[in-house]
Amino acid sequence: MAMLQQQQQRRDRIRLMLLLTPGLLWLVLFFALPLVIIVIYSFMTNDALGRVVYQPTLDNYITIFTQSLYINAYWRSIWTSVLTTVICLLLGYPLALFIARSPQQWRMPLLMLILIPFWTNFLVRIYAWQIILANNGLLNGLLEFIGIGRLSLINNEGATLIGLIYGELPFMVLPLYAAIDRFDFTLMEAAADLGASRVQAFLRIMLPMTMPGVVAGSVLVFIPTLGQFVVSELLGGAKVDYLGNLIQRLFLRANPINWPLGSAMAVLMMIVLLVLIMLYFRATTEEER
Amino acid sequence: MIKTASASTTLARARGAFAEGRLTWSGLALTVFSILIYLFLYAPIVILVIFSFTRDEFGVRWTGFTLDWYIRLFNNPRMMGAAWNTLVVASVSTVVSTIIGTLLAMAMERYRFRGRGAMEGLIYLPIVVPEIVMAVALLAFSAIAFDVIKLVTGETLRRNLATVTIGHIAFSISFVVVVVRTSLKNFDRRLEEAAADLGADSWNIFWRITFPLILPGIIGGALLAFTLSLDDFIISLFLSGPGTSLLPVEVYNRVRRAVTPEINAISTLMLLLSMVLVALSQLLQRRR
Repeated sequence: MAMLQQQQQRRDRIRLMLLLTPGLLWLVLFFALPLVIIVIYSFMTNDALGRVVYQPTLDNYITIFTQSLYINAYWRSIWTSVLTTVICLLLGYPLALFIARSPQQWRMPLLMLILIPFWTNFLVRIYAWQIILANNGLLNGLLEFIGIGRLSLINNEGATLIGLIYGELPFMVLPLYAAIDRFDFTLMEAAADLGASRVQAFLRIMLPMTMPGVVAGSVLVFIPTLGQFVVSELLGGAKVDYLGNLIQRLFLRANPINWPLGSAMAVLMMIVLLVLIMLYFRATTEEER
Repeated sequence: MIKTASASTTLARARGAFAEGRLTWSGLALTVFSILIYLFLYAPIVILVIFSFTRDEFGVRWTGFTLDWYIRLFNNPRMMGAAWNTLVVASVSTVVSTIIGTLLAMAMERYRFRGRGAMEGLIYLPIVVPEIVMAVALLAFSAIAFDVIKLVTGETLRRNLATVTIGHIAFSISFVVVVVRTSLKNFDRRLEEAAADLGADSWNIFWRITFPLILPGIIGGALLAFTLSLDDFIISLFLSGPGTSLLPVEVYNRVRRAVTPEINAISTLMLLLSMVLVALSQLLQRRR
């Protein structure tokens, strides 16, 4: 009996190994190890041809913190990401509420309508805005037609912001909908019966109870926005540098390319991201108490 | 006449709804606001599709209907090559990541083992790491790997479709695991126990009971992996080598130079493909 059990245990362990090994190997080799490499690279330096020189130094981090080009890119990216997240939240919450309060048979189609643009290639969606905002584009044609005349709508930070909000809004709506859908709306009536105003009831009952959706949506919007470089290039006209633009240039196009500095920027971006997300989690869970 | 009648009944109905308190001003405002957001989401896409049929060579003015841009697209070997590459990469990436992801999902859902928490972290990390970080990390890794290979075998390798595929698999696995785990969670394990009681061995139990029941989840994961690979731009840009361009990268290179209706045409086709895939996955989920 004991031997049978032992045999069974051994068989289970072998089975587990077979299930785990391919995934573990792939993720360690092609995800974890590459991350370790850029952490190491971030402490190296490069030669005039752009080759990595293995000579430990803190120079890359010092460069980032002392040269305005780099430090400004961090502030700009963080600020733009916060702004994008807040606006997506302000647009997404009422929309999610609207879907959750719609008749049952309408909810899935309404949600699908949000999802379809999200399944469309990001690049294509950003390109669509180029057609609208371009100097000889649709919106300017309309403005000229109604007598306002042409405006410079593209190649500025406002256009970048529009593109980012457009691209990320679905990521905000989905988790918000999931949270609001679970919310018991009779609680709002109970609050009203007890004399709470609608604003009070929203702030003290509905918002705290749908906070998990707010947090999830915000994180989902914030992460890709922080590292973006396509939107600021295609809609922002690459006039100012965001984090993603600098990292892309340092890795692919600069002359000479500078992988160690680019790695340091990427590593620092990850650290910024982790710290901000942790702060955000702490702030939102404290509100709940 | 009929129109005015129906309009007035609609109005009367709305008035009644207001009176009864079913329709409130705040509810109306919410509806209007939501309709505006839907317009904001769809207007650019609709415009994009419409202007893929315009005669205007800048693609921003309607000067008559034409299919020229589609014909030109199909006669453009560079674009067609990129489209083919994209499909090949997406197919290989889907097959590999679906197999690996399903195995991982089984391990995570069915077994308790030491280091499970760490494994959980490793699986979900690729979802939260910004794609550009993953892209530069894989680029640096591939450079080192090529150096090592050259040192050992003397062969000089360059980035090609294989490097892109490896990257796509690396980020797709996590998403497959998430989707397949959901269907394993909803799975009634008593069915497996019943099969075991009836004398089926574990191989038979898996292929005859477990696999057919979680198949919708696996296909859902596979479709997600396929779409993720088709749509990926950042990792494709960093990891594709010279002459092995993928469709999103090709679109990016052209959009940076100028707006032409040819891009609208390829975008419309990509849009169509995504929508077919979404419809497929929805159908599968409904069947589940």
